[in-house]
Amino acid sequence: MKPILRYMPHEFSFDIVGVRFAAYVFTAVLVVGSIVSMATRGFNFGIDFAGGVLMEVRSKEQVVDLAKLRSAFHDLEIGDVQLSTIGDSGKDVVIRIPQQAGGDVAQNAALKKAQGLIADGYDIRRTDVVGPKVGGELIISGALAVALAIIAIAIYVWFRFEWQFALGTVLALCHDVLTTLGIFSIFHIDFDLTAVAAILTIAGYSVNDSVVVYDRVREMLRKYKKMPLPELLNSAVNKVLPRTLLTVFTVLLTVIALLLLGGSALRPFSIALLWGLFVGTFSSIRVGLPVLLYFDLRRDEVTGGSVVTETASKKPQPA
Amino acid sequence: MLHFTPAKILFICAVGLMTIFFCLPNVLPANIVKAGPSWWRPMQLGLDLRGGSYLLLEVDTSAVVKEQLADLEETIRNGMRDQKISTRGLRAADSAVTVTLVNASDRAAARTEILKISTGMELENLAEDRIKVTIPEKLQRERQLAAVSQSLEIVRRRIDEFGTSEPSIQLQGRERIIVELPGVDNPERIKNLIGQTAKLNFHLVEPGAIGTDPRDLPPGTLLLPGTGEAANQSYVVRRRVEVAGERLVDAQPSFQNGMPVVSFRFDTAGGRRFGQVTTNNVGNRLAIVLDNKVISAPNIQGPIVGGSGIITGNFSVESAKDLSLLLRAGALPAPLLVIEERTVGAGLGADSIQKGASAAILGGALVIIFMVIAYHTFGLFAVVGQIFHMGTLFATLSVMGGTLTLPGIAGCVLSLGMAVDANVLIYERMREELASGKSLLNSITSGFSHAYATIIDSNLTNLISAVLLFLLGAGPVRGFAVTLSVGILTSIFSAVMVTRLQVWLWYRNGKRKELPI
Repeated sequence: MKPILRYMPHEFSFDIVGVRFAAYVFTAVLVVGSIVSMATRGFNFGIDFAGGVLMEVRSKEQVVDLAKLRSAFHDLEIGDVQLSTIGDSGKDVVIRIPQQAGGDVAQNAALKKAQGLIADGYDIRRTDVVGPKVGGELIISGALAVALAIIAIAIYVWFRFEWQFALGTVLALCHDVLTTLGIFSIFHIDFDLTAVAAILTIAGYSVNDSVVVYDRVREMLRKYKKMPLPELLNSAVNKVLPRTLLTVFTVLLTVIALLLLGGSALRPFSIALLWGLFVGTFSSIRVGLPVLLYFDLRRDEVTGGSVVTETASKKPQPA
Repeated sequence: MLHFTPAKILFICAVGLMTIFFCLPNVLPANIVKAGPSWWRPMQLGLDLRGGSYLLLEVDTSAVVKEQLADLEETIRNGMRDQKISTRGLRAADSAVTVTLVNASDRAAARTEILKISTGMELENLAEDRIKVTIPEKLQRERQLAAVSQSLEIVRRRIDEFGTSEPSIQLQGRERIIVELPGVDNPERIKNLIGQTAKLNFHLVEPGAIGTDPRDLPPGTLLLPGTGEAANQSYVVRRRVEVAGERLVDAQPSFQNGMPVVSFRFDTAGGRRFGQVTTNNVGNRLAIVLDNKVISAPNIQGPIVGGSGIITGNFSVESAKDLSLLLRAGALPAPLLVIEERTVGAGLGADSIQKGASAAILGGALVIIFMVIAYHTFGLFAVVGQIFHMGTLFATLSVMGGTLTLPGIAGCVLSLGMAVDANVLIYERMREELASGKSLLNSITSGFSHAYATIIDSNLTNLISAVLLFLLGAGPVRGFAVTLSVGILTSIFSAVMVTRLQVWLWYRNGKRKELPI
């Protein structure tokens, strides 16, 4: 058997830059939809950010009667307690108690009540208690981490490339972050600390992808001084497209492994990554690249970067 | 370009051997590992994997400031009394005490006295007869810092006395303490132990007074509630502290008439004072007050001069044990609040390990199969590079004393997919160069050299977000960030060095005419 890559061209010839307007519409719908959902539906904040108590318990005996348990929690008068089963056995229940009005002291009192209620029939497998103050701080540090990451990446790209590239990277990143947030909002996926980790991972992956494309654009800008910019960008994308497809596929394999076997704790994380994998790849081609087209990229400004230039003169112009 | 000098090959082999060496503690039995040096250690499992409890405590520093202000007020009041300077009153607010004098002519004398008895305070004349004494911010901060470090020490003592295995107690920021208790899956009792200030004082009960309304109490007395079953009972006690708990040198749980009690011993000065009080007040009641609640108020039967005594009350065996532990460890300078708790039972931790491991195995297997199908021999080289990358990642985490958390495992699985990107970049570039008409050797060489710049750029930007995640993240997410950052660095090394070495060896050992991809 031959390596399957024999059947894959080392370079594609799609008219990617040519059909960019349809992609703009798609991007606009995604971004606007995400923003609208965030503004109207908001987020399903997990206790990391909203504060409150989360317990995971396993029934010692038979399958749990959720309705009965729910009414027992109702009688405790500790607010609107949410119950849901996880896993397949029907014995595992996640209990979520909202933030209590009286601060940390009331929170611990509510926890004690809940523990008292379930102490007999259940094993408590996990308890998370987040006070109001901590929750607020975690939101701020999460947002700060994402914002600082975008700024730091932009500065790096600006120094290694040109400001137009940095702008493209930032726009692509904002696109990815916004639409990922949108997914969390639209599908009401638990938004917690691991979601922030997922967003930063997506940011890292997306910028990785953008840089690969930009690297090729820069190389070609130096090599083909006369080629019109739209044609050059199109050719650059087509040249890196095989690599992009292969990498997306291998990362996809690992994300699928996480999704299938990683358990419920990693599910929001894996879903976010799955989505981010696609928007990250999409944005580096559909957002990051056209920016170069509109912002007056002048070739004589493109300096630095690749240490290899000796091949440039030897290589013939493509037919 | 492709060529490797023997020294370089040796270097890569050395890294490989070191990797194996540093990974060994993770698979060898614990008794062999213990015999080795301390830096030769297995990777730590995070609390979310091994089970245990994480508590974030906050020192109530506003209480510290309040107490500092009350102390200052008391000092000034005593000073004015000693100097026979009459005042209309002292008012404590914010971080200052305002003294209003009866005679404005006393102001100079009052100032001198205040400066003498309370060093470092800022004095300000508000009016002819009024002085404002402010606690400078620096002194407030010093007091808060002292309170926090003292709290840390006392929490440490309490937990050590409680006796859990390998607890970790450390300061976070300026007023928080992180307590990590591996293996503890119900931290209720420890939380109770940590959360109590445990300030013990002995007060005399005001004879004959049985007031319940705080407004018609005799002057110089306090109304205090009881504890436990006697919580709705209240006691009228004299404000004055007869003997303070700081004078205790030991406390132990014991039994009296079959009931659990706490026996205690004072230091010399405390014992003498206790002897005086009990001698002078035979027949009166002595209230034993813990955190402003009366544990019990026994009758003083006769003088107690030996410097030791017992506390009776409605104790269970456990609560007698806990109280004596608290008294031995000392009182907290300020209340502590549990503001975050994360507890994972050992069962869930084991489940998480099992799930993480099976996801890693499946992910790894899929990537290996795909790479070999896609690139044949060169795919195999990439797989060897990946194994090298995983090995160095584990070795680095082990020797750094890193902690593996569930998100960290997810990071490892993910990096399996992302790290082959470097190989893909290199190989695709080779294919391209070959297609443009270059010789095999030239294609391989420029495939590597062109891909390097891209690999470095794309990985460094990735590293930036991983480092920020580490700096700003919390708990298990930090574990993820560490895994991700170290993983990025080791993957660059293995893609750039290990893959290239294999390709070079492949090219040298045979008359290669075409790329096997």
